[in-house]
Amino acid sequence: MKTYLGIDVGSVSANFVLVDEAGEVLEAVYLRTRGRPLEVVQEGVAALAKTADHGAVAGVGTTGSGRVLAGLVVGADVVRNEITAHAAATARLIPGARTILEIGGQDSKLIIISPGGTVADFAMNTVCAAGTGSFLDQQAARLGIPIEEFGAIALEAQTPVRIAGRCAVFAETDMIHKQAMGYGLPEILAGLCEALVRNYLNNLGKGKDIRDKVVFQGGVAANAGMRRAFERVLKRAVHVPPHHGVMGALGAALLARAQTGPGARTGFKGFDLANRDYRTGCFNCNGCANQCEVVEITQASTVLARWGDRCGRWSRAPLVSGA
Amino acid sequence: MRLTFPHMGNLWISVKTMLDSLGAPVVCAPLTTRRTLSLGVRYAPEGACLPLKLNVGNFLEAAELGADTVIMAGGCGPCRFGYYAQVEQAVLDDLGVSLRFLVLEPPEGSARELVGRIRAITDARSWWQVLGAVRRGFVVARCLDVLERRAQSLRPREVRPGAADQALAAAEKIMAGAWSSGAAPAFRRARALLEAVAIEPERPVLRVGVVGEIFTLLEPFVNLDLMQRLGRLGVEVSRSIYLGEWINEHLFLGLYPGIHSARGVRKASLPYLGHFVGGHGQETVGSAVLFGEKKLDGVIQLLPFTCMPEIVAQHVLPSVSRDLGIPVLTLVLDEQTGDAGLTTRLEAFVDMLWGNRGGICA
Repeated sequence: MKTYLGIDVGSVSANFVLVDEAGEVLEAVYLRTRGRPLEVVQEGVAALAKTADHGAVAGVGTTGSGRVLAGLVVGADVVRNEITAHAAATARLIPGARTILEIGGQDSKLIIISPGGTVADFAMNTVCAAGTGSFLDQQAARLGIPIEEFGAIALEAQTPVRIAGRCAVFAETDMIHKQAMGYGLPEILAGLCEALVRNYLNNLGKGKDIRDKVVFQGGVAANAGMRRAFERVLKRAVHVPPHHGVMGALGAALLARAQTGPGARTGFKGFDLANRDYRTGCFNCNGCANQCEVVEITQASTVLARWGDRCGRWSRAPLVSGA
Repeated sequence: MRLTFPHMGNLWISVKTMLDSLGAPVVCAPLTTRRTLSLGVRYAPEGACLPLKLNVGNFLEAAELGADTVIMAGGCGPCRFGYYAQVEQAVLDDLGVSLRFLVLEPPEGSARELVGRIRAITDARSWWQVLGAVRRGFVVARCLDVLERRAQSLRPREVRPGAADQALAAAEKIMAGAWSSGAAPAFRRARALLEAVAIEPERPVLRVGVVGEIFTLLEPFVNLDLMQRLGRLGVEVSRSIYLGEWINEHLFLGLYPGIHSARGVRKASLPYLGHFVGGHGQETVGSAVLFGEKKLDGVIQLLPFTCMPEIVAQHVLPSVSRDLGIPVLTLVLDEQTGDAGLTTRLEAFVDMLWGNRGGICA
């Protein structure tokens, strides 16, 4: 049986899925990126190696902000952006989906799917990370509650209090004030959820045609308080799919499946990645005043790739070891 | 007197040609880099828009090289550009950097003030000589427009990745030396370099119009080499603004014959935005309409963070998009030099446009 590997390396989490020919998830691994994308890819692949059929992998796709690095290390057949990957998974697995609300660690997206299953429109948050998973994490930590319990507590609220949602700093100031006034924790958490949803829709939803079925995915979709806040504001049902946390990785796997037709050979470098010695280095190019920070990926003193330069002096140069 | 001026893409080539032809001593600031940005962000007001910060950086770097006088264009109407020169002069004064500002504004009412400022630069040279120098600078700008347009069509079709950009860089270098050898022979040599780039003419490409605020459109340091990135993603770019057209519009009041004028563009914007909103807000909307009518695959709007005219345009564009069925992506640019977010948006947009053509999907 052929299988496909999808990897989504984001700012906060890295997800790994193995799917079969029909697109069913055989195995899913969720890890925290901890700012170490290279190590986390090695860890994730090693975790899958325990149960996977090593000879069966017929294609690999990577996505997320670490997609290029991850793709280089695992030998990906497809390296695609998160929007295309999320849309691919949702259009394929959730019949009738027309709107995707996706909130991850550092960014949030709104994707409109056409009746034909292609992307019709999208928006991504631009200059501010208010309303993303990191902010919820940070507030949960400040209040001393595990992020997993955040949603359940928010659902207990009778009347959510109003929290300013335009900016994370404003929101925090407002929350501290409302706490000091004596409002209950559930009311404040529910208020925060509504503020983040308002912020999300004001930023990403302007001019967008939100239609049923609305699907909520990404790490934050696990938060029941956020889901309810979306339902209240949008006045329609919001579906959270079973694999909501790994939809990006799932999409990457499906894109790899589409790319590697019959007879095509995968570039997958195997499950023993963890034993290889990958290193990243960085140096400042002194070619001009831009002082580009050039990143160099090496494996056992062989340079695999370089990037980070504006002019192409390094990224286009032939790769010589120990340069 | 040692003259300098702010950078905006390859504007320096035609300004330097003009000043060199006059025999005026020029100090070109180093091309905009991260150092320029750091200087500008440090000394310019925090709430100012990005072009002002980079101007300040350019002037400080030029002053280090001995410049003592700044010439720059002025503006009017509800866009902060109208106050750039005054604010920049105040910032430099506070720093104890003494630079004199000569602001060249389109003549409104009395032309005497403008004439006086030009006279300060040109000294005792005859008006005939001055007109000749201005014409030379303008011709070079027009040549650069042609070369850039050609590169935009070559990039998505080039056989060897990067070939068109290498040829364009070499061509611009030739044009930069054109004041001594004459624009026409330089242009012939420059164009030959681009014509020598090997292409696959049959390769399918997407066609995308890029609209928005002029500085972010023309300065590759700010738009993170957007035109090159789009070319690499298989996109043939059309732009709403080219340097020569802008000079004609802005300084010659659109009087130079035979040049694509902004009047038609503004007319196209009327059903959506009925009056001037400052900057290029109306041109952005009008160009998007024209690109939609030409059935391009998509439109990308660029603006510096907090740019008022473009924010107005941004909120009008969804109607244009809906009526003409052309997807629009808005990109807000500021001082970030990390390009991951930009790459993601561009790749997703390009995937979507191919999808609209019935191409790839999972």
